[in-house]
Amino acid sequence: MKHIISIIVKNEPGVMTKISGMFARRGFNIDTITVGKTHKSDLSKIVITVIGHGAEVEQIEKQLNKMIDVIKVIKLPYDRSVIRELCLVKISAPDQKKHDQIVKYANVYKNKIVDITSKIITLEIIGEPQKITTFLELVKPFGIKDISRTGATGILRDKVNEN
Amino acid sequence: MLKMKGSKLMVETLLKEKVDTMFGITGGAIIPFYDSLYDYQSKIRNILTRHEQGAVHAAEGYARVTGKVGTCVSTSGPGACNLVTGIADALMDSVPIVAIGGQVATSLIGNDAFQETDMMGITTPITKQNFQIRNVDEIPDTMMKAYMIAAEGRPGPVYIDMPKDVQMKDTNVKIPNKVEIPSFKPTLHPNPMQLKHAVELILKAERPLILAGGGIIISDASKEFLKFAETALVPVATTMMAKGAFPDDHPLALRVTGMHGTEMANYAIINCDVLITIGCRFSDRITGNTKEFQEGKKIIHMDIDPAEIGKNVKVEVPIVGDAKIILSKITKLLVAEGSKLKNRNSEWRKKIKELKESCDAAEIKDIKKDGLTAKFVCHEMSKFIKDNDIVVTGVGQHQMFAEHYLERKLPRTFITSGGAGTMGFGLPAALGAKVGKPDADVWDIDGDGSFQMTMQELATLKEQKIKVVPIIINNQFLGMVRQWLDLFQNKRYSGVNFKERMSFEKIANAFGLNGITVTKRSEFLDALKQAKKNNETTIVDVMVEKEENILPMLPPSSTLKEIIGGQVVFKQSWDDVLKSR
Repeated sequence: MKHIISIIVKNEPGVMTKISGMFARRGFNIDTITVGKTHKSDLSKIVITVIGHGAEVEQIEKQLNKMIDVIKVIKLPYDRSVIRELCLVKISAPDQKKHDQIVKYANVYKNKIVDITSKIITLEIIGEPQKITTFLELVKPFGIKDISRTGATGILRDKVNEN
Repeated sequence: MLKMKGSKLMVETLLKEKVDTMFGITGGAIIPFYDSLYDYQSKIRNILTRHEQGAVHAAEGYARVTGKVGTCVSTSGPGACNLVTGIADALMDSVPIVAIGGQVATSLIGNDAFQETDMMGITTPITKQNFQIRNVDEIPDTMMKAYMIAAEGRPGPVYIDMPKDVQMKDTNVKIPNKVEIPSFKPTLHPNPMQLKHAVELILKAERPLILAGGGIIISDASKEFLKFAETALVPVATTMMAKGAFPDDHPLALRVTGMHGTEMANYAIINCDVLITIGCRFSDRITGNTKEFQEGKKIIHMDIDPAEIGKNVKVEVPIVGDAKIILSKITKLLVAEGSKLKNRNSEWRKKIKELKESCDAAEIKDIKKDGLTAKFVCHEMSKFIKDNDIVVTGVGQHQMFAEHYLERKLPRTFITSGGAGTMGFGLPAALGAKVGKPDADVWDIDGDGSFQMTMQELATLKEQKIKVVPIIINNQFLGMVRQWLDLFQNKRYSGVNFKERMSFEKIANAFGLNGITVTKRSEFLDALKQAKKNNETTIVDVMVEKEENILPMLPPSSTLKEIIGGQVVFKQSWDDVLKSR
């Protein structure tokens, strides 16, 4: 099962290596990993998709909390978070018919066309990871020439204020 | 304020941290630091070892007997690499040390410079935290944080990488009064609800057992632990790391449990229904197969590191906190239960007591047989040494014989490499222990294999006039591995024999020290007496029987029920175990 964990860390050289090193050492499976700055200049946020079961995820959280460079660990459960990923994909479109089909699919999925030639269409897909995976399955028969996915990032939803 | 060189600021910061002793070897990249140290000779004792591994194990020995943070220093490249084994050892046993390694100048880092090694990369998996100081102004803050991290919460090693140019820069930054690390706040006080829950479970238990771990010694909680065990009136098994936390001669003491533990301790672990664990991380040496270990019992786990709770075994009552604090609070709660404490599980305690008496009697009978054996040596030593003598060991069979046959009653008097099991730990750690506790007699029970790995430190002992007494269980084998090959591989002795039996008496003499060779049982006690009388380090080289096995033993990939070679409970052999599987 996939779990998404966000980690606020000190924005210092080597921290990323330490975190991914710890995962490798403990045998935890990283599916995707992404990192970026936060609004505080000394802090960065790492978001990791982990493959594992509940007890493993609990250990991961505890091992992360042990690390001096980790400020806070925030789990991002699917039902209480906004999860997004970005994917850039180059699809082969050798003839007019295929070209049109790809554009149609892109429109249905509300993907953006960011590059186009007579033979290649490059799309930008933004959405939940599963949406991206599904779309890629759809266009696979056309021939994927190149691809780059960022990995999932996410943020907790706030509780609805009942007052 | 006057400008100060980075290296001088380093020394000043060490003094602020009350460091008065360091172990190390100099070299190109750390010359500026040693140059500044030259003006502080009356304030900081610098012990020059003969290998950096000697320095780091000495820092460990010092830390393990005093509870203070040990300090070791090396130069860059191979010098720092030589610290790695000891740093890894410190992490496994939660020993507070700070290791400072010189590094090439910042402009050269990443260019494969002379004696450059990526120590940050290398030490990340084996330290609690590591730092590379690239700015001279960060020296005091970083070093003070290093000492704080090493000492607080669950202790551990911290590595500091010190580029040479940073050591040589000038600065007028001040040493702060204290430092804070917002992300580092270990939980010391236990959750009161969990304490109550634990007390309920203890009172309801029909066959309770206490498993005491090394954390009790780290927390200096032996007094509180004694009161707790006596109030709860529950038998006590300890891990090897907790030997000395509870007096081995106490009526409730079952002594060490686990792979080479006593039969009564292991019997109790298998048959208890509530296991009260303090400061122990459930290493595989203790549990054997974890699934089997957990069955039929509820576990109360008290530890300062929340990551250890639930890591290896399922826990019914988790209690995060410092052992000393937890134990005094839980004892108060138990005392408040008053009469409910009496007349509980008396049948269980009676059974355990009878079992203990049978097991002890069987062992004594075994030792009375002829021959110069490791068993005899350890048993004699146990009678000869004082309670507050410090026993350090190497790693191997001799370590297990020492664990099993030496009686220890005080904390920090049995110093051994547990988690890492580092051969060569003995002699340098004994050196560090003596430096930390100069008034104590320090003995190093070592093996001929282990001793050879770091025996160059005999030169340091001679030069610094530090006296320790290594007792070498000399069997001309890598004994523990030989035992495994004997028991589980049909005596296919591959890579375990030494072709020549070394004379450690001659080695001692070559280093200008004393040596006594013992070849007969009758000579041993006199050798001990002589060694104790001598003013200098004296090696007692004991030519023991070559193929003695330490039993009982937990075979590889087994459950505790499959322990072999016992005399009262676990009488089965390895063949018996294989047949029954």
